[in-house]
Amino acid sequence: MTLPLLAPALLTIDGVTRTFGALSALAGVSFALEARERRAVIGPNGAGKTTLFNVITGQLPPSGGRIVFDGRPIAGLPPHTVARRGVSRSFQRTNLFPRLAVLENLRLAAAAGAAGSYNLFGRVERVTTPLARARETAAAVGLAERLDTVAGQLSYGEQRQLEVGVALATRPKLLLLDEPTAGMSPEETQRMTRMLEGLPREVTLLIIEHDMDVVASLADRVTVLHYGEVLTEGTFDEVKRDPRVYEVYLGSE
Amino acid sequence: MRARSIGLGLVVAAVVAFPLVAGPYPVKLLQEILIWGIFAMSLDLLMGYAGMVSFGHSAFFGIGAYTAALLLSKWPGLLAALGAPALAAAVGALVIGFLSIRVGGVYFIMLTLAFSQMFFALTFQNAFLGAEDGITSVPRPHVFGLRIAALGAFHVYLLAIVGAAALFLHSIVRAPFGHVLRGIHDNEERMQAVGYPVARYKLLAFVIAGTVAGVAGSLYTQFVGSISPDAFLWTTSGEALLMVIIGGTGTLNGAWLGAAAFILLQSLVSSYTERWMLILGLTFVLFVLFAPGGIVGALRGRVGVRS
Amino acid sequence: MLVVSDVFAQALNGLAYGVLLFLLSVGLTLIFGMLDIVNLAHGSYYMLGAYAGVTVLMMTDSFWLALVVAPVAVGLVGAVVERLCLRPLYRRGPLDQVLLTFGLIYLFEDLVKWIWGGRVRSIPAPALLTTSVNVLGATVPSYRVFVIVFGLAVAVALWLLVEKTRLGAVIRAAVFDSEMAAGMGIPIDRVFTGVFAFGAGLAGLSGVIAGPIQSAAPSIGATILIPALIVVVVGGLGSLKGSLVGSLIIGQAETFGKAWLPGASMLMIYAVMALVLTLRPQGLFGRPLK
Repeated sequence: MTLPLLAPALLTIDGVTRTFGALSALAGVSFALEARERRAVIGPNGAGKTTLFNVITGQLPPSGGRIVFDGRPIAGLPPHTVARRGVSRSFQRTNLFPRLAVLENLRLAAAAGAAGSYNLFGRVERVTTPLARARETAAAVGLAERLDTVAGQLSYGEQRQLEVGVALATRPKLLLLDEPTAGMSPEETQRMTRMLEGLPREVTLLIIEHDMDVVASLADRVTVLHYGEVLTEGTFDEVKRDPRVYEVYLGSE
Repeated sequence: MRARSIGLGLVVAAVVAFPLVAGPYPVKLLQEILIWGIFAMSLDLLMGYAGMVSFGHSAFFGIGAYTAALLLSKWPGLLAALGAPALAAAVGALVIGFLSIRVGGVYFIMLTLAFSQMFFALTFQNAFLGAEDGITSVPRPHVFGLRIAALGAFHVYLLAIVGAAALFLHSIVRAPFGHVLRGIHDNEERMQAVGYPVARYKLLAFVIAGTVAGVAGSLYTQFVGSISPDAFLWTTSGEALLMVIIGGTGTLNGAWLGAAAFILLQSLVSSYTERWMLILGLTFVLFVLFAPGGIVGALRGRVGVRS
Repeated sequence: MLVVSDVFAQALNGLAYGVLLFLLSVGLTLIFGMLDIVNLAHGSYYMLGAYAGVTVLMMTDSFWLALVVAPVAVGLVGAVVERLCLRPLYRRGPLDQVLLTFGLIYLFEDLVKWIWGGRVRSIPAPALLTTSVNVLGATVPSYRVFVIVFGLAVAVALWLLVEKTRLGAVIRAAVFDSEMAAGMGIPIDRVFTGVFAFGAGLAGLSGVIAGPIQSAAPSIGATILIPALIVVVVGGLGSLKGSLVGSLIIGQAETFGKAWLPGASMLMIYAVMALVLTLRPQGLFGRPLK
């Protein structure tokens, strides 16, 4: 009998595959993510990173393999169930509620698990907990001054901040961020990196990133994906020095 | 805000007092506007707030109408006039909604359309339901022991029910549930991703809208005194859609304006020309192309921008 | 007493009706596949085709000429509608487009009443096809046989066009993923207009072919739209194969329903639809839903 030496990982991906007809987007991905860890997933375009996120969060069912989160299998569950279990994600292409104000964007996310969302009477202003959480999250992502602005009218950088905010407002155990700094200026990227660094460690992070400076500042460990498989894993320095990783990026950066 | 409340109060007072100043024909027009208005408003809840376009809303209007017609001849009380039609429509909406919502988008439009046509086929060929001619000689109900056949009494009765339904719909939209619907309308995928079981909310919205539509149908039967399979026609749903668009989608109160515009146009235009349908179709096309915000949108200065 | 020849005669009727539905539904399903809109005015093109036939016959007495002119004329109308009314709405999403096509139904129906009058206008079959033939023991009007043969020929020609030609590949790409096709350099605007006109033309062809069977009246467009929609839903939105199979099934269902269950005939097609959709919500050949 083997004694469990370590606490079981928060997220275990085991042999996950995903095919689209003849195309194999994920060809058997396996890795484990510890609670409180900050992991970056990197790899050239088409490596399967976003597909991996889609499979974890339930937007796509896997073609094979297991996914275990917080001790329970989640492979193939619908997105809203996975979210309720504590997994939240932001999207690569900004995916907000464009006609609603920033505060309402965040409040909707914060109220998702709360009782009372089926309430046909009563006013939304009186349900205080989600509102308070929405304001907190707005402050955390640097949008405290923009609460009444309609999301569609924010600047691109602010929208990316809100994009992370909406995912964060659900108070997840695991936060998946898909290229949070995509398309941002260097100042905006720095601001976002500092914001992410400032997040409480209780929120485990799994980030897809192309910007290696962000990965270097943020990530405890890095997983490199290539052609739908894990090529290698390690700290940022270890991965940086791996010749295979360099080869894989040649011609795609 | 005070000005708006006073204005609203005046309008309501005018509507209540209308039979005292106007002849029977204008009063009938007003009552028809009220009935179609609440029918359209229930559709606006679906379309303007939940973002669900149903071309089969007439199914619930018809279910309510036929239920009332069948029951009122035997038991002319409030249960037959309101309770049973509302329940029947709710059940219908639950079944049709459950089958139609799981497929989204355009399939939803077509399925709801097909279902309402199915009811048309059912009633058109069914002798018990009066086949092509439908059910006639439907009496108005007894309310608290009084027969409300008289114009004035019926007017108050109609206003009370329509008013209550309108208040109910307004309350929903301001409540947490209404906010969830708006979130679903704006970005359904994100609502799923943050943890809302979207299908359940949509189904509830569908059932609520269907129930109010059923009440409208029942009122229509009591208003006219009869009902025919035409209530189920998909074009009936389309006309309600037209009222919502003209009035302004997502405004609730636009439904009154849309119903008024439609019914007045129909009654006025058809007395001058036979080309009523042409003008209606043209109006529809022009509104969709150039004034998607409807009348309310235009009043708010937003012609050409969806509200 | 069930006589084989009776059954066969009904089956042929059902086949003829199915062919008409097929011609009508091709346009519907292609337009949906490409643009994600349900063109509710599609039945109007059917009606316009019948009336175009009426006019050509009035002027030239030639059914065959009507057969050629009607689809072309209706196709032109379709192209104009697409450019003027629908194109401004592409950015706005499916709802507005569906609503606009609904308004067009009223417009077209009344326009037709205005120009041609509201009563039924007949379209006599060409002299060549006014006899009856004996097919496997059943006596069938030769016109129906013509409809079946003609329709199947069109189906084969369509299949060849879509599967074997470059134009067909372009259309398939546009139907499958219009964004991607545009990204590959395909002139998506012109493809849209072209497919729209083509679909409308086919609907018009169906209308004029149906003329000798059901005549021309302002209401025929709205009446045939529902079966056509059901065909498309049952076959699968966007699938030509689905259109063919669906229309054959619905054609038979409705014909046999009328013959043997007259009290519930109108419900037959809805029963078929409900059955198919419970088992396969995306239709027989439709793209699997998310």
